[in-house]
Amino acid sequence: MPASKKMLDDLALSDGEYEAIVERLGREPNELELGLFGSLWSEHCGYKHSKPLLRMFSASSPRVLVAPGEENAGVVDIGDSLAIVMKIESHNHPSAIEPYQGAATGVGGIVRDIFAMGARPIALLNSLRFGPLTDPSNRYLLEGVVAGISGYGNCIGVPNVGGEIVFSRSYAGNPLVNAMCVGLLEAGSMVQATTGSAGNLLMLVGADTGRDGIHGASGLASRTFEDERELRPTVQVGNPFLEKVLIEACLEAARNEHVVGVQDLGAAGLTSAAVEAASKGGTGIELDVSQVPRRDIGMAPYEVMLSESQERMLVIVKDGRQDEIKAIFDKWDLDSTVIGRATDDGLARIYENGTLHAEAPVGLLIDAPQYRPSAVQSQFVAELQQYDLDSVPLPEEGAEAVLLRLLASHNIASKLWVYRQYDHQVQTNTAEGPGGDAAVLRIKGTSKGIALATDGNGRLCFLDPLVGGMIAVAEACRNVACTGAVPIALTDCLNFGNPERPDVYYQLEQAVIGIAKASEAFSAPVISGNVSLYNESHGDAIYPTPVIGALGLLEDVEQHVGVGFTRPGDLVVLLGAEQIADDAATLAGSEYLDLIHDLVAGRPNIDLDLEMSLQRACVSLVREGVIRSAHDCSDGGLAVAIAECCIAGDTGFEGEIATSGRWDVVLFGEAQSRIVVTLSPDRLSALKEICRAEGVPWTELGRTGGDTLRLEGLIDLPMEKIDDAWRNALERAVTASRA
Amino acid sequence: MKFGIVVFPGTWSDTDCFHVVDQVFHQPVEYVWHKETDLSSYDCVVLPGGFSYGDYLRAGAIARFSPVMKAVEEFAAAGGLVIGICNGFQVLCEAGLLPGVLTRNSHLQFRCQWVNIRIEAARGPFTGGGTGGQVLRIPISHGEGNYYADEATLDELEAGGQVAFRYCTADGDVTQTANPNGAARNIAGITNDRGNVLGMMPHPERCCEDLIGGTDGRLIFESIISSALSPAN
Repeated sequence: MPASKKMLDDLALSDGEYEAIVERLGREPNELELGLFGSLWSEHCGYKHSKPLLRMFSASSPRVLVAPGEENAGVVDIGDSLAIVMKIESHNHPSAIEPYQGAATGVGGIVRDIFAMGARPIALLNSLRFGPLTDPSNRYLLEGVVAGISGYGNCIGVPNVGGEIVFSRSYAGNPLVNAMCVGLLEAGSMVQATTGSAGNLLMLVGADTGRDGIHGASGLASRTFEDERELRPTVQVGNPFLEKVLIEACLEAARNEHVVGVQDLGAAGLTSAAVEAASKGGTGIELDVSQVPRRDIGMAPYEVMLSESQERMLVIVKDGRQDEIKAIFDKWDLDSTVIGRATDDGLARIYENGTLHAEAPVGLLIDAPQYRPSAVQSQFVAELQQYDLDSVPLPEEGAEAVLLRLLASHNIASKLWVYRQYDHQVQTNTAEGPGGDAAVLRIKGTSKGIALATDGNGRLCFLDPLVGGMIAVAEACRNVACTGAVPIALTDCLNFGNPERPDVYYQLEQAVIGIAKASEAFSAPVISGNVSLYNESHGDAIYPTPVIGALGLLEDVEQHVGVGFTRPGDLVVLLGAEQIADDAATLAGSEYLDLIHDLVAGRPNIDLDLEMSLQRACVSLVREGVIRSAHDCSDGGLAVAIAECCIAGDTGFEGEIATSGRWDVVLFGEAQSRIVVTLSPDRLSALKEICRAEGVPWTELGRTGGDTLRLEGLIDLPMEKIDDAWRNALERAVTASRA
Repeated sequence: MKFGIVVFPGTWSDTDCFHVVDQVFHQPVEYVWHKETDLSSYDCVVLPGGFSYGDYLRAGAIARFSPVMKAVEEFAAAGGLVIGICNGFQVLCEAGLLPGVLTRNSHLQFRCQWVNIRIEAARGPFTGGGTGGQVLRIPISHGEGNYYADEATLDELEAGGQVAFRYCTADGDVTQTANPNGAARNIAGITNDRGNVLGMMPHPERCCEDLIGGTDGRLIFESIISSALSPAN
């Protein structure tokens, strides 16, 4: 049956890909078969444009138990017979179309990836990007996405402990919603997403299958789209209660020796779950769609196979043991139905009431074509890199006014309005919740803790994707190191535009190289991830935005430190520099340049060797009990970092910066590899010693105390003013619309 | 003091409560599946937080029909101690074991944050270890914690000393701004007239250890445990 143009369009398959299917199958596929290929060969499932690049990530660390791509999520050993499972995933396009359900089901999907492996989900983080809040449509998206994450996450009892939110024109109409889930796995209880061997039964558990989400993977996530309303039915609807029950039931089932494998139904639903499990097990599969419980009448096999109805799991059980496993799900009032079995001929066969409707080799279905299109840097960006930042005029408004504007910038201002809507304490492990550099969770039954952070700077990646990729890794790891934790693993979500455009593919390629390089330098392997392409609206690609999730390990969780100045009279020291950088080049891609001068230009830079030494020194300083607080100096530069420390600890600051350079560069430049720490004055010699041993320069900034933030000759502001600018800006912007 | 922690489908504070009773207070404790019908082996039954049955209808409205609730009713009638936390409070109100109802927060958003509550009645098995007017710093985490009852019922609760906790400032002042959800008369927790059933929106199990932010919740568990040593009520 020759496929029509419309059928190929619906599946986002090219004519060339269709020809490849015909040739390799040896015949024209029928409609259902074409649907299977379209889903599995979609960008979302098949990683057509990214797979060759992702091979650059090395997972060579003795801690890595499961490397990227092997299972639903990566796994690292943390000792004490425990391992951490983690992954970050995007739900950008669904959230653009229907923010509440798009975000909610994004959370649901990533949580299923974690418990499918037998791990208990213990934390969620979210990395979000929106257009400016001056536009009501962006406020609508922000409120919807936050409500969706809140509504779903709170109901399932997994704490939402951190993440970040950035606003930029670049994301208007195409928000980024990246959800990360972290799970705790006990040794020996890991479950694989496999059919195991021929004869095993496929059991479908959870929600009934409906017509929702058909073509989600292919149509929605794998191309650009113009008329979003038309695509609204491709967004699924979540049921967090069912998810919570599924978590408990699946974790119980995972402990049963007769459960061979577990796979969640995500993008491309039953099709990808069954075919990928078969591929992993080296078997074929046959299943009968008439056995699949439906929530809608008259569904065709095509619809059943491509439905993306949420809260469904495929559980592979040994033949003859299905009743025993079914009893576990019955206890939780969950439907479980045997819909097929693994076979020994390597074919995927789809029946309806015993009549064969589709047949194709599993190996062919999962062998999506791979592309490495040409990569060319945009001339426009090359020119921006050369921009003479010394020519930027000093703002007339003066340092204090600029600081207050930066603190009230939505990228820097408190995100309390967002995270107070998330339960960040359930499971009672949260030692540091949202709002700091990284979240810290204790691991019950051990003295250990883990630190978690996400980071990604689209502006920097736009200016230089290679360096931006390195900085994303460096910052995520630095955030974790600021608590005293050693970064041990990463997960990444690559949010880019249309890879068929040479300038976008260049960004993707360079960013991946940068991430791979930094990951190797920090010995923090990328253990899992996700790629979201075709993020663009009205023909413009978003800023290239790789988001990095970092996992750090604390041997003694009691030792961690936070960002706030804790005590008056402490010394404030900047680690990473022996004097405050006054080179205008450090303004490259800064928040200051964007906010005050409406300029995104320059070329960011990072010294990975210095960064590694800095992080090692910070971890040692925490471990040796030398410092009482540590805060990453990033968006907004040094002045903003100091202000944030003051606010977090409700303690003022007085100091001096010896410089003859431009005050805006000194205060708001964003040189990398800097951390603001505090310590009791009598521990200074200990600090010197550790910094010397690690080869890390440092400089004294001043002392904590009082109720003002004073930088001699530059800034003298009462704490209330600073606090008000920072604390209330976001809420005012969101609620302005209702006034 | 043997604790039983009720687990409905959708409950999620069960493990948190279990951890505190077991690891912090070293008391015997068991989970009680919602289909259980006999609670006679326990001294204190905990209805923990969560979204029982998803709470897609009014919170707690489905859970009240669970088989275990009949047993909770009998257990309370026999003088057993029942504490409902967050969703547990909602379930107790829906089941009629406590008066009033928890409605949607007045600002219509979920709130997870630290609040201060004032002990109004420092007597009985739940607050006996405290003093009247004492302020506890404790987390809330709910979307439907806005306590409502008609004026007559509220007056009755006040007269009977059944208002256990009120939201307040750090200094103990009961103000509008200290009220995180719009609750009538800043009520954060109440008891039944007999004093053996407590419902409260804040989560005492989330503040029994310094590492996770505070220890003010201990007072409630300590009061329960020491009440077993003194004559009932």
